[in-house]
Amino acid sequence: MSATCEETVKLSDNVRKEIDDWLTRFPPEQKRSATLYALRMVQEENGWVSKPHMNAIAEYLEIAPVAVYEVATFYTMYDLEPKGKHKIGVCTNVSCQLCGSDKIVEHIKNKYQVGLNEVTKDGKYFFQEVECLGSCCGAPVVIVDDKHYKEKLTPEGLEKVLQELEG
Amino acid sequence: MFNIEIDGQQVEVEQGQMIIEAADAAGIAIPRFCYHKKLSIAANCRMCLVEVEKARKPMPACATPVTEGMRVFTKTPAAIHSQRTVMEFLLINHPLDCPICDQGGQCELQDISMSYGEGVSEYTQGKRSVDGDDLGSLVATDMTRCIHCTRCIRFCEEVAGIKELGATNRGEHMEVGTYVDHALESEVSGNIIDLCPVGALTSKPFRYQARAWELQQMPSVASHDCVGANTFVHTRRQEVMRVVPRECEDVNEVWLSDRDRFSYTGLESEERLAKPLVKQDGQWQEATWADALNAVKEGLQRVKDKHGASQIAALSHPSSTTEEHYLLQKLMRGIGCHNLDHRLNRVDFSDQDQFGLYPRIGTPVAKIDELNAILLVGSNIRHEQPSIGLRVRKAALSGAHVMMVNPMAYEFHMPMSESVVVKPSEMVSALAQVAKAASELASGEVPAAAAKLLSGVSYSEAHKTIAKKLADAEQATIMMGALAQNHAHAANIRALCNLIAEFTGSSCGALTEGANAQGAWLVGMLPHRAMAGADAMVPGLDAQTCFAEKLRAYVLHGIEPEADVANSQVALDALKQADFVVSTTVFVTDAMKEYADVILPVAPATETSGTFINVEGRWQGFRGARPAFEEGRPAWKVFRVLGNLFALEGFDFESSEQVLTEVHAKVKQLEGKVHAWVAPERLPASHEKGLEVIAERALYQTDAIVRRAAPLASSKANPEFGVHVSVQTAQSAGVESCEQVEVKAGEHRVSLPLVLDERVPTGAVWLPSGYAESAVLTSHATVTLAKG
Ligand code: SF4
Ligand code: FES
Ligand code: FES
Repeated sequence: MSATCEETVKLSDNVRKEIDDWLTRFPPEQKRSATLYALRMVQEENGWVSKPHMNAIAEYLEIAPVAVYEVATFYTMYDLEPKGKHKIGVCTNVSCQLCGSDKIVEHIKNKYQVGLNEVTKDGKYFFQEVECLGSCCGAPVVIVDDKHYKEKLTPEGLEKVLQELEG
Repeated sequence: MFNIEIDGQQVEVEQGQMIIEAADAAGIAIPRFCYHKKLSIAANCRMCLVEVEKARKPMPACATPVTEGMRVFTKTPAAIHSQRTVMEFLLINHPLDCPICDQGGQCELQDISMSYGEGVSEYTQGKRSVDGDDLGSLVATDMTRCIHCTRCIRFCEEVAGIKELGATNRGEHMEVGTYVDHALESEVSGNIIDLCPVGALTSKPFRYQARAWELQQMPSVASHDCVGANTFVHTRRQEVMRVVPRECEDVNEVWLSDRDRFSYTGLESEERLAKPLVKQDGQWQEATWADALNAVKEGLQRVKDKHGASQIAALSHPSSTTEEHYLLQKLMRGIGCHNLDHRLNRVDFSDQDQFGLYPRIGTPVAKIDELNAILLVGSNIRHEQPSIGLRVRKAALSGAHVMMVNPMAYEFHMPMSESVVVKPSEMVSALAQVAKAASELASGEVPAAAAKLLSGVSYSEAHKTIAKKLADAEQATIMMGALAQNHAHAANIRALCNLIAEFTGSSCGALTEGANAQGAWLVGMLPHRAMAGADAMVPGLDAQTCFAEKLRAYVLHGIEPEADVANSQVALDALKQADFVVSTTVFVTDAMKEYADVILPVAPATETSGTFINVEGRWQGFRGARPAFEEGRPAWKVFRVLGNLFALEGFDFESSEQVLTEVHAKVKQLEGKVHAWVAPERLPASHEKGLEVIAERALYQTDAIVRRAAPLASSKANPEFGVHVSVQTAQSAGVESCEQVEVKAGEHRVSLPLVLDERVPTGAVWLPSGYAESAVLTSHATVTLAKG
């Protein structure tokens, strides 16, 4: 098609490599199957997934952009807006609640002056409410940057985790 | 085949059918929203729940296959309970704003909730609302009304081939749209209006214009391509309000292209001509029909007396009805004029004697779906013939090899098995290469003439693949599009295509321009043929020569030469110097007022009766959906009266049916000749200087009516206006960073926007034809580019 002047981005070599790797697991005419992973790669690298990134994924996988939008908006764990430097997911489901996740939530409200699903004013942290992380034995659980589980946390424990992030 | 029982009725079904299909065939109503017989099964609305004996739960009729001895109940208390609850669910978020909704009165949701719903709902919570996307000039959105059946999404993806719509977010937040607010690019986007069972997607041009129950419906036939899609024209108080598809499985199935659907809006143009106009002493005057027709008679008679009838030419648009083509040529031949033609965009007529009764497609339209291989030659099929494009795509999806030899790397939204993209001047040699490869695969003896022609031709892998796929296919066809037929060496292209077809056992045919080129051929609106393929007694001049020779008088029927004729500048010059020009037309233009002497308002297809013969030879008659506008008259009547004024015999028709009867009778008497393939002497060498021009008739520039349809003009399906070149071409011309470039052709210079387009082969430029701004360029073989 003819050139347009919309904002475009290129997928990094790293992301491409990862996608290529995933593509080997699907039939060649089913490139669409790699959409979930492609979005995850971009989010890991970039912190969130922008529209130009989604378009780049569509182009790379040779599918319609709207097919990527559909997937990205369906799953709530993709962040489609910038969400602060670090993402702190606090589980508020039954086990964690019984073991004191409400104290952690309270602490966040008092110390950082934000509610859940909000970004701190300095843009450093995005505190997110998440559903059961499947690690109830370690309740209350917090997940840092979608990856690292911190278990049996107290407000003080959370502070320590955040300090480590700084370090 | 076996039997199942639905509501106590024995119904014969086939293995693999769904309950809903069996019920539909038996005329048993099952309510549905997401199910559509031409789309994949989504089974997401649950409106079709029925009770099936021995099943524990209600079953969706659209997604439950029939089984031997199955007993289905659609009206038992359990079935009714399911229908009522689903209906209640579907209405949880629906705004019920029927009084201000365009769909009111023709809404599936309204109808089904009346017949299957309950009057009250237990849901008292607030309803959500959704901001719809702006989908462009054709489709209006009110997405709060959407019930998420996904018919529109499935249509775009499965039928149109462009996934432009999607369902984003989920659960209660799910929204149907483009997500990024982008106007639809599909050339068949209007079908989602028909598919949407609610008022979420409605026609933008028709918005708030009329209520369904105020409309009268007349069956008609679309007049903008060679398929002749079946339509209904909806009128209110004798005004055309909209056009919708009329189901015809063999022609357009249930679809309609946007061009056929929205072109009626062009009829509202301010240029619409209301009364006959006659130029007197350089001044345009409104005239009575009697005076105007007398002026025509006198004007033509004067030229005939002074210069002879060979100084007169008559040209008619290929979208004119068979009756009009017939009477016009009868009239002109009656007064001794033989310069007749409708092939306005052709430039190579050298093989015109080798045509059969008329050019036609190699396979019936309905059979395209079943082909195993299709070779497109010089065709942007999606834009040229949208309905055939959909069929070709369907074939491709069911495994056919679709291939092309084209001067542009068109994107057809379907898997292509092989593409050869070359500059226009290399089209002939590319086809010769395919022919050579095919000749080596052919089982029989290669005719000596062909062998001689192809000696010394060598081919590459791509050419061989095309030949092989055609040869291997059980059923294959070659389709020549407008870029092949209007090529400078069209005769060679045609000869080679026929040769390839012969070698590979394929059929071969052309996708003609206009709605009724077949009718024009059949009744002899041609310089070399009279009725039904008989040779003309006195051969006349072809369309281009008629203008190049600068004759003394012209009769134009439905033509705007500046846009409809290949060498538009030559045509305009010829018309301006002529002594007498009469134009029978729907619209009057400034250009027309410059060259014409009499301008007569005639009725377009929606306002007259007539017959189109489509590209497969199907005769499709229609009647006017409303009387002619103001003082306009059906053109056949105009030609009839002129015949009387010239005191010609056989012009006593009372109706267009009588004209048709005469045509039928004459066609029956005569047999079309079969013409053997004649080898061209030699193939043209390709050495063009400058950048070669690919002049393609733009999607919405096919005829005077379409050209004036404002909603179509602003649709995003239009090619971007300007001169399209590849980056490489732009770089070598030093214009890659320009917005506007000067395009030079001979002594003409035109400033046009530059569009970088990777589909254009290097060394060529793509120009849309049909626009006044680019008209002088499109008839040139080459141009140069400079900073402008
Ligand atoms: S817009 Fe209409 S066709 Fe599309 S999903 Fe909604 S209700 Fe169905
Ligand atoms: S409830 Fe918190 S991890 Fe399971
Ligand atoms: S029609 Fe069967 S579920 Fe929608």
